Amino acid sequence: MKHLLLGDEAIAQGAIDAGLSGVYAYPGTPSTEITEFIQMHEAKRKEGEAIFCRWATNEKTAMEAALGMSYMGKRALVCMKHVGMNVCADAFINSAITGVNGGLVVLAADDPSMHSSQNEQDSRFYGKFAMIPVFEPSNQQEAYDMMAKAYDLSERLHTPVLMRVTTRMAHSRAVVETTDACPKQNKMSLPENVQHFILLPAFAKKNYQELVDAQPVFMREAETMGFNTYTKGANPKKAILTCGIGYNYLMENYRQEMGCSLLKITQYPLPVAMINRMVEDGAEEILVVEEGQPVVEELLHGLVPSNVVIRGRLSGALPRVGELSPDCVRLALGLDALPTNDVDNIVVNRPPALCQGCGHRDMYAALNEVAREYPSPRIFGDIGCYTLGALSPFHALHATVEMGASVTMAKGAADAGQHPAIAVIGDSTFTHSGMTGLLDCVNSNANVVVLISDNLTTGMTGGQDSAGTGRLEKICYGLGVDEKHVRVVVPLPKNMEEIKQVLREEIDYPGTSVVIARRECIQTLKRHLKAAKK
Amino acid sequence: MTKNIILAGVGGQGILSIATVVGEAALAEGLYLKQAEVHGMSQRGGDVQSNLRISSEPIMSDLIAKGDADIIISLEPMEALRYVSYLKPDGWIVTSSVPFVNIPDYPEIETVLQHVRSHKNHVLLDVETLAKEAGAPAQAANMVLLGAAIPMLGIDHDKMIAGVQRVFARKGDAIVASNVAAVEAGFANGIKL
Repeated sequence: MKHLLLGDEAIAQGAIDAGLSGVYAYPGTPSTEITEFIQMHEAKRKEGEAIFCRWATNEKTAMEAALGMSYMGKRALVCMKHVGMNVCADAFINSAITGVNGGLVVLAADDPSMHSSQNEQDSRFYGKFAMIPVFEPSNQQEAYDMMAKAYDLSERLHTPVLMRVTTRMAHSRAVVETTDACPKQNKMSLPENVQHFILLPAFAKKNYQELVDAQPVFMREAETMGFNTYTKGANPKKAILTCGIGYNYLMENYRQEMGCSLLKITQYPLPVAMINRMVEDGAEEILVVEEGQPVVEELLHGLVPSNVVIRGRLSGALPRVGELSPDCVRLALGLDALPTNDVDNIVVNRPPALCQGCGHRDMYAALNEVAREYPSPRIFGDIGCYTLGALSPFHALHATVEMGASVTMAKGAADAGQHPAIAVIGDSTFTHSGMTGLLDCVNSNANVVVLISDNLTTGMTGGQDSAGTGRLEKICYGLGVDEKHVRVVVPLPKNMEEIKQVLREEIDYPGTSVVIARRECIQTLKRHLKAAKK
Repeated sequence: MTKNIILAGVGGQGILSIATVVGEAALAEGLYLKQAEVHGMSQRGGDVQSNLRISSEPIMSDLIAKGDADIIISLEPMEALRYVSYLKPDGWIVTSSVPFVNIPDYPEIETVLQHVRSHKNHVLLDVETLAKEAGAPAQAANMVLLGAAIPMLGIDHDKMIAGVQRVFARKGDAIVASNVAAVEAGFANGIKL
């Protein structure tokens, strides 16, 4: 069957058709639609076996649960945005040491140009760090096809496999041809050697040696599975190496008469034999077109003779930062830019903003007024829609780093003597990574106010379930926050005076307090009202 | 045949529905298609765009190169101007004339419209009024704009209407009818090539 699918959806369908038993994920742009697609598939499913597809609390719990499903012999998928790899890194790296039983694919969606992220980290580094095979599809069809192959490879070589995509693959649609075969899930089975999953040093040393010994096997797979292709050109002095969707930007501009040798990489570890062949064929110059950080370009310096010129993001032939475009690849090929219109200089920026009527707005309005009553307030923000409180008109935040950092940075600032030290964190981010930080606060009775802006959902990524909905007070009590200092307010303009008074009282209380500002996200509210009408 | 289309607007205006209909019609024609969208943070009231490429030949890049767009279809006039460096020198701008002002430094609307008019090939329409006059809700303004863009898209009028009918079919006959009326209003008030 042919379907018009986002890259993310092609990956999801590929996993379903490969006999997936469970997807584990925390929402994060540009990876969210993979899990959502599987959830929709499950909601509509009339036959076949169930796929577990409930959102996880964070990427680490997702990765570990997936490893558990793999342990039991079934195929599991873990999905996250690139920075999620940092959260699950402990489980991820060690899953390479344990190896897998059922196939395990970890999908990382990178966001070069930071459309909706705080950095451009390249997940291929994680693949190399863990020393496992990595796939990087160049188009939606390949993304679909690779999933079944990735699961086969994972089970054949007992290794987790990393699938790396970037924004333009994740969020671009194309027609994908899918198999009509009804997928069959693996039956439960235990690992052959349970010691593989017991990472005591004595066992881990053996496992690690096996992983090191498997490296040439992984490389041979990259040379023989057929995803990586090499073509000698009529003018083999000039060679081009593309990774993932870099191939598309090249081919958009490439002309047959250029005659370059062409190495298309969509599977790692780097196929060194293919690179050697390119050099033996006479390559004097290699242009590396890769999306993200110059991972391959750097490696190439150690793989080819020093007289071969390597061009790419490091050399300056392509921009060092930001995503690739057909434009920059065109210039790197030595072609002139296309004729066009000048940029229109009356156009001004239109930054994203909190929705009109959003509860975060009322929360910030109150917080800003109260903060002004103190000589030097510090407000530590977190990751979510409410990060937009750093922009006009609120300018409320003095820091925003990563998931959960608001709580612990406020604690560190309070430890240093700062007062008031206030954390602003959303409900989903709080359960993702704020709870442990709050326990640290409680244990030293840190003088902080943790303001949980609870909109009952994971708003920024489109309104997915939030792990602690309906239980935030109990979670805070359970962590040891004094019940008198867990306060709940409703962020509405009519409650402004009450909210301000609560904030004042908790700022003036010399210990750890939590203020929960709770009102449903207006986007999910609209959806719920519409559904109720039907 | 290749048509590179930039769809522009402000988060929430409905540019992706235009892409869905054009995509539906293009696929029914057996054309190749790629469509890059923006999700996540920028959807919240910020500028949004989608690159839609349809072609009789396989398409490589998901993104349109600067100077390679045949048409900018925009639900907001300043947002149309944001992408003129992507437009071919003889490319078309088909845009709503109604500004969406959610920023303090939005330029004078007359200046914005003058800049649109300075491009030889342009269509400026008050798509919201046209939608209402056609008996459709204001949300169907995007379909009016699509109607006005039909002559530049290389897809036959009737086939585009059939695409609208298929896309909205599951929402019921009334919704289909009002969206078709909106497309027809845009088509009638646009420019014939």
